[in-house]
Amino acid sequence: MGQFLLDNIQSVYLLVFAIYLGFELISKVPSVLHTPLMSGANAISGVVLVGSILFIRSADADDYFSLAVASVALIVAMINVIGGFAVTNRMLAMFKKKEGNK
Amino acid sequence: MRLFCEILYIISAVCFIVGLKGLSTPKTARRGNLFSALGMGIAIVTSLLYPLDAATNNYVWIVAGMAIGAAIGWQRAIKVEMTAMPQLVSIFNGFGGLSAMLLAILEALKFTEETGFLQSLIVFSTMFIGGVSFSGSVLAYLKLDGRVKDKHVTLPAHSLINIVLLVLAIGAVAFAIFNPSTFTISIAAVMSLIYGFSFVAPIGGADMPVVISLLNSVTGISAAVAGYLYDNQIMILGGILVGASGTILTLLMCKAMNRSLLNVIVGGFASSGQSAIGAAAAGGNQDQTIQEATPIDVAILLNYANQVMIVPGYGMAVAQAQKQAKELDTMLSEKGVEVNYGIHPVAGRMPGHMNVLLAEVDISYDKLLDLDDCNSKLADTDIVLIIGANDVVNPSALDDASSNIYGMPVLEVWQAKQTIVFKRSMKPGYAGIQNPLFFNANNKMLFGDAKDSLGKIVDELKTL
Repeated sequence: MGQFLLDNIQSVYLLVFAIYLGFELISKVPSVLHTPLMSGANAISGVVLVGSILFIRSADADDYFSLAVASVALIVAMINVIGGFAVTNRMLAMFKKKEGNK
Repeated sequence: MRLFCEILYIISAVCFIVGLKGLSTPKTARRGNLFSALGMGIAIVTSLLYPLDAATNNYVWIVAGMAIGAAIGWQRAIKVEMTAMPQLVSIFNGFGGLSAMLLAILEALKFTEETGFLQSLIVFSTMFIGGVSFSGSVLAYLKLDGRVKDKHVTLPAHSLINIVLLVLAIGAVAFAIFNPSTFTISIAAVMSLIYGFSFVAPIGGADMPVVISLLNSVTGISAAVAGYLYDNQIMILGGILVGASGTILTLLMCKAMNRSLLNVIVGGFASSGQSAIGAAAAGGNQDQTIQEATPIDVAILLNYANQVMIVPGYGMAVAQAQKQAKELDTMLSEKGVEVNYGIHPVAGRMPGHMNVLLAEVDISYDKLLDLDDCNSKLADTDIVLIIGANDVVNPSALDDASSNIYGMPVLEVWQAKQTIVFKRSMKPGYAGIQNPLFFNANNKMLFGDAKDSLGKIVDELKTL
């Protein structure tokens, strides 16, 4: 375990800094933007599709079971990504401040 | 090539960070979201190019999968009604978890004698976290969509059942780590799914904003853990950023209800029924009288007001009354009345739910006041219209220590000169707690469907 941490110390740094950065970035979001923040972040969690791409790229070309399951993983992650960004964009397009209103 | 790809990954990471940063102010939010999307695009292209040992590539499978996923996601995103947004966010979130779980299962099936302990620990953690996120999000989706009622899935002593299931699920995962076979892996995956489902089962109604943000966070973490599996920094970073943002939102929602996360998860208002009855018996609330108003009364009052505050709640979403609220707003604004909206952080079924609904009908976001801004304005407000909100305007939260919502920050609407509560009937709110506001001398009840009532008020105002 200790050796593993030493071998991957950069990943550990990345982890710690990413957690801190995440908290720092989000902590001041106004409540108006809570839903877009959530759905936008949600779309980013679809980054797991990178894993499915890497998996499919190194799978045997005739291992149809793995390819099929990984494709399902890719499809659902892609739904998460495209759907998430699109719906966030749609929501944000509605948030308007009207100049003449006040 | 490898260096080039790593640089692309770094650019993609910067895009994610800039994107999330942009989401912190309304002005930059849209651009921020596009930056995140750009980051994702770069990450995808990079993964397609990244040099791998013995790559078979199988690009046909990848392109086909991406095209199908993109088409479905796009179609769902542009078609969805804004009122159905909580469901959609939940199901998208679940898909992220499902993807992580499927990948973990595939990796687990590839295990050999030489697979190290840490490797399998990472794989099975991904499977467990992804599975919990998937089945939990699916149940949240079904609940929000009204297909599953809380009472159908909540068992007696559910928190005890959850603890047992959690122990069993972790046990199954641990057993599979040391004895990986198709059978043990399947059992571990199924147990993760069962636990996720059961975890969300007793949580419902007004606690949904907490659950949704928590599940969002869990999906992020599953993506990050999967990142360790592929030693892929962009997955780790992206996943952790989502995990952190989900955690912050979760804690914000808990704070807005003055409850701990544990309290929400364990099932929250489990004892509220009894104490509501107890309070009614002790206080003799049934003797108090309420004043009923008609739409004409309200229209007249509004006509002579200077400052109006509208407090929406989940009931407004159910009645789909936001369009009528906007009509009323426009009409009053033309008459020189200032109209604002007081929005409680946990109003609705997801964080920021009310803001989305009101934005959809073109209400400027600078009229949407958060808890503190709204409260500081209420003393100068002539009329507060409470549309489908109940527990978030309950004075018991401040003065009744025996109340289940005691300590929860609420919108102090009773400080205004007059409050009007739009309500179908005298039924208590989600928390099952009677609301003393209804009996206040300066409160009137307007019974009926909020959409109809608002429509009638608008019609009356036209004649005044």
